[in-house]
Amino acid sequence: MTVVREPIWDDAPRSKFASVVRRSLTLLSSLGWSARILLSTIAAFPSVIVRRTSRAEFVHQLYVTGIRTLPVLAVVSLFMGMILALQVGLELRRFNQEAFLGSAVMISLMREMAPFSCALCLASCVGSAIAAELGTMKVNDEIAALEIMSISPVRFLSAPRILALVVMSPILGFFCCVIGVMGGGLVGETQLGVDFAQYMVSAMGIVDLKDLYVGLLKSFIFGLVIGTVAVTQGFGATHGATGVGKATQRSVIINFLLILMFGYMVTRICYR
Amino acid sequence: MALIEFKNVVKKFDGSSVLDDVSFSIEKGEVFCVIGPSGVGKSVTLKHIVRLLSPTSGDVIVDGVNITDCSDDELFSLRSRMAYLFQSGALLAWKTVAENVALPLQECTSLDDAEIDSKVNAALEAVELSAAADKYPSEISGGMQKRAALARAMVRQAEIVLYDEPTSGLDPVTSVMIHKLIKKFNKERGVTSVVVTHDLAGAISIADRLLLLRNARVAFCGTPQDFLKSTDPYAMEYVAATKGITI
Repeated sequence: MTVVREPIWDDAPRSKFASVVRRSLTLLSSLGWSARILLSTIAAFPSVIVRRTSRAEFVHQLYVTGIRTLPVLAVVSLFMGMILALQVGLELRRFNQEAFLGSAVMISLMREMAPFSCALCLASCVGSAIAAELGTMKVNDEIAALEIMSISPVRFLSAPRILALVVMSPILGFFCCVIGVMGGGLVGETQLGVDFAQYMVSAMGIVDLKDLYVGLLKSFIFGLVIGTVAVTQGFGATHGATGVGKATQRSVIINFLLILMFGYMVTRICYR
Repeated sequence: MALIEFKNVVKKFDGSSVLDDVSFSIEKGEVFCVIGPSGVGKSVTLKHIVRLLSPTSGDVIVDGVNITDCSDDELFSLRSRMAYLFQSGALLAWKTVAENVALPLQECTSLDDAEIDSKVNAALEAVELSAAADKYPSEISGGMQKRAALARAMVRQAEIVLYDEPTSGLDPVTSVMIHKLIKKFNKERGVTSVVVTHDLAGAISIADRLLLLRNARVAFCGTPQDFLKSTDPYAMEYVAATKGITI
């Protein structure tokens, strides 16, 4: 599919009603276009592994997505675990139930907070960078140049980036959960008087494989969403530096909203 | 039969016509220059040939295929025979000059690394950029970027090369060098070249035929000799303005 596209209308709307209708149709068209990019990207996943040049780019994107975001994710998830443990622990202490601190922190992190916070960090750090990078390429005619060289921007640019996010997101989500649980244990030991070993026994005792799978599924979906939104916003950027800025901003906002919506939907489907 | 043909092409942006009933044809193997003042629709004309833009009405026919309504596969096939030199060069910033030139060969052919290296070296040598092969686009001058883009355009042995303001912003010496390269590729490889420029002297030195656009319409289409002899007031005005003569 071709990525460089023109506006649907080449004249100005004649009334406010026409303007509203056009905006609605443009939104629908953009949704369809995003879906086409996603499907074309998924179809191009095998070529990312098979082609040597794409494989090198994929490995680079794995590094950018996975390794470079590790410090931020580690700090965010550590403090999230600590805050969670402190808030829950103080309430549990009122009922002399501190022994269940590990279970509460583990369940919250594994089911919701770890995939959620990991996705928000990825949307902010990686998604915005992808939107800005591809947006800059778009306004500098680099993407048009690729298309004219018969190099599909979807295969060459989109597929390695989205696949890297899809692969790394569950791994990073799990990493966030582990670090968060450790942070909770640290607070339990130092501020709530809960022995770390006892905390871990409580945490591991509540772990259910279903919770792990649901957490990983959420991270997987978030990775797909973040990549798709970032790529489509980047490919859709117009009007120079201002357009790139807007595309980056839209990428972050849409990703935050979709992460919340998809998070709720998966929870609703998996925990009836 | 003409290789590229514009038939009554109209292009509108926000209701105003940028191209209005434009018709002309380009023969195989010729250097065809599109000239005119800034904002007259020269680059828009060029972008229609590769369907980066589609006409509001009218047809653009490339080698017998109506590019305005052909399938993606047909478009892909036509584009694989073309090269486009963008005004900005459009080199990928994260790849070196050599990697940029090698890109179309790596992605669109089954050549092995040795063959690709040999073709890339030859292309860089042709544009006198061998010394900058390992530099990134941000580390070289605008003129060098354009030459690198020219090498990338030529390395695929394209049959049709489209040049969008290849000498804009360049010093006269580099401009002459680029014009010589365009003519050289045309002569040696039989490439059909469409050059958009506002550099009349350069256009006259390389063109087999010229197209002058005025107010979104064709004001003149013919050989440089006929253009210089033209009695059309706008063509005379354009020539005089280029020479710095007030009439």
